[in-house]
Amino acid sequence: MSAVTGLTCRECGQAYPVAPLHVCETCFGPLEVVYDYASIRRTMTRASIQSRPPSIWRYRELLPVQGEPQIGLYSGFTPLVKADRLAASLGVKELYVKDDSVNHPTFSYKDRVVAVAISKAIEFGFDTVSCASTGNLANSVSAHAARAGLRCFIFIPADLEQGKVVGSAIYGPRTIGIRGTYDDVNRLCSEIADRYGWAFVNINLRPYYTEGAKTYGFEIAEQLGWRLPQHIVVPTAGGTILPKVAKAFEELQRIGLVDGGQSVKIYSAQAAGCAPVIHALHTGADSIAPVKPNTIAKSIAIGNPADGYYVLRAVRDSGGWGEAATDEEIIEGIELLARTEGIFTEPAGGTTVAVTKKLIAQGRIPRHESIVICITGNGYKTIEAVSNTVAPPCLINARLQEFDELYRQLPHVAAVATREHTG
Amino acid sequence: MAVHVRVPTPLRRFTGGAEEVIAVGATIRAVVEDLEKNHPGIKERICDEEGKVRRFVNIFVNGDDIRFLNNLDTPVKDGDEVSIVPAIAGG
Repeated sequence: MSAVTGLTCRECGQAYPVAPLHVCETCFGPLEVVYDYASIRRTMTRASIQSRPPSIWRYRELLPVQGEPQIGLYSGFTPLVKADRLAASLGVKELYVKDDSVNHPTFSYKDRVVAVAISKAIEFGFDTVSCASTGNLANSVSAHAARAGLRCFIFIPADLEQGKVVGSAIYGPRTIGIRGTYDDVNRLCSEIADRYGWAFVNINLRPYYTEGAKTYGFEIAEQLGWRLPQHIVVPTAGGTILPKVAKAFEELQRIGLVDGGQSVKIYSAQAAGCAPVIHALHTGADSIAPVKPNTIAKSIAIGNPADGYYVLRAVRDSGGWGEAATDEEIIEGIELLARTEGIFTEPAGGTTVAVTKKLIAQGRIPRHESIVICITGNGYKTIEAVSNTVAPPCLINARLQEFDELYRQLPHVAAVATREHTG
Repeated sequence: MAVHVRVPTPLRRFTGGAEEVIAVGATIRAVVEDLEKNHPGIKERICDEEGKVRRFVNIFVNGDDIRFLNNLDTPVKDGDEVSIVPAIAGG
C-alpha cells in the first residue's frame, strides 16, 4: 500500500528508518518522510483517486500509513467554496475559501494531521497519545483517541477559550493546563515525551503528522478540477501547513496529476501580536527571532515556530509575500467572512481574511487571478473573540404589538439588494 | 557555578544515557564548553561551525529561551536548570 521508503533529515540528509523519531541526531533538523514517487506515479491516477470515498485517505499513496487507515476515516474533503460575495467585497474576480471549519470530527484542519498521526501511533503499537496544543489539536487528538480507545493526555495553555477546553474535555482525556504560553507548553512536552515514551502527535510523530497537512493542498487542486490556484493565503502558527501545501502542489505535479509548470504564489498570514515569521519576511532575515505572543488569535499564538524557517523559504521560493493583521482587523475579517459567505471562523481565519484584504489592497495579489483563502478553524469554539462586537438580541414579550413597535424603530436594512450572487 | 543540564534523547549517547548532567560555567557558552569537555562530541550537535546555536536547537535557562536573554552569553548561577530542546511542530 504505502510507498514510504524511510525518513530523512531535511537539513543534512541523513537517512533514518520508519520509527517514532522526529529529530536528526546529527544536526537536530526535522525528519521528513521519503516516498518512492516512481512507483506512486504508476498506481495513483485521477480515476483511482476519484473512485475512493471523499476523505483524506483518497490520497493514501502520498500518506505515511502502511496498512489500512485506522482512524479518522471521515476527515478531510471539506468544501472549496466559490466565494463570490467575498470576492465582490474585496474587488477580485476568482476567489475560493477552503473551509476546514467543517472538518470531521472536531471542526479544524487538525483533523487531517491527527487522523494520520493516530493511525501511525496505532501501527507503532502505542497505548497512550498526547499533544501540546493551542486548542484545536487537543480537540482532535482527544476525539480520535476516544474513538480508537487509546489513553490520552493533552497539554494546553491555561488561558484558552472555553470552547477549546470543553471541546477536548468532553472526550475524556486527562487535560493539563499549563500556566504560560504555548511555547512554554511545548518545552515542557518535549521533556515529558522524552521521559514517558508516549506518542506525542506533534513531537515524536511529527514527520507523519505533518504529512497529513498535504491533503489540504491535494483537495484544493482536485476541487479546482485538477489545477492549482495562482495565489493562496495560509495562516502561520508553528509553520506546519504552509510548507506542506507547497509540498502537496509539488507532489501533484511530480506524479503528473496536475500539469507541470503551474506556479502558485504562497502568502503567510499572522496576527500582529505574534508575527515572528512576517517580521523575518519583511526584514529579509534568514532566521526567526522568537516573540512573546499577545493576540486574540490564540490558536496561532506561537512565538517560536518550529517550522517558521520552512515557511519563509516556501513563501520566498514561490514569489509570494505575507502580512500581519491587528486584533481589530482580525475581528473585522471574521465578520466579513460570516456576512458575505455564511462561514463562521475563529480568529486564525479572521487573520487570513484580513491579510488577504491587505495584500489585495497593496497590489501584492492581483485582482484578476485565482485566489484561495485557507480557513482552518471554526468560530463556534472561540465565541469570546466576537461576543462583544455582535449586536445582542432585542428583548420583547411574546406579543405581536411589541414586535410591531420594535420593527418600526429598527434601522431598516436592505437585505434583498445584495442577493445577485445566490445562484 | 554548577548547573543542571537536561539532555534530550538525541544527545544522550554523549552522556552515557544520562537524562540530566551537571556542568559548570558562568554563561551558557561556558556551560556548553564544559559539556564538551566531559562529553566529547556534544558541542557540535548543539552549535554550528560558526559556534552559533543551531537553527533547530532551543536552549532554556529556568524555562526562559536564551534568545530572549543574551543568547550564548546569558549568565547562569548555581543551581540553575538548563534545558536543551529540539524544535516542536505547532498545535
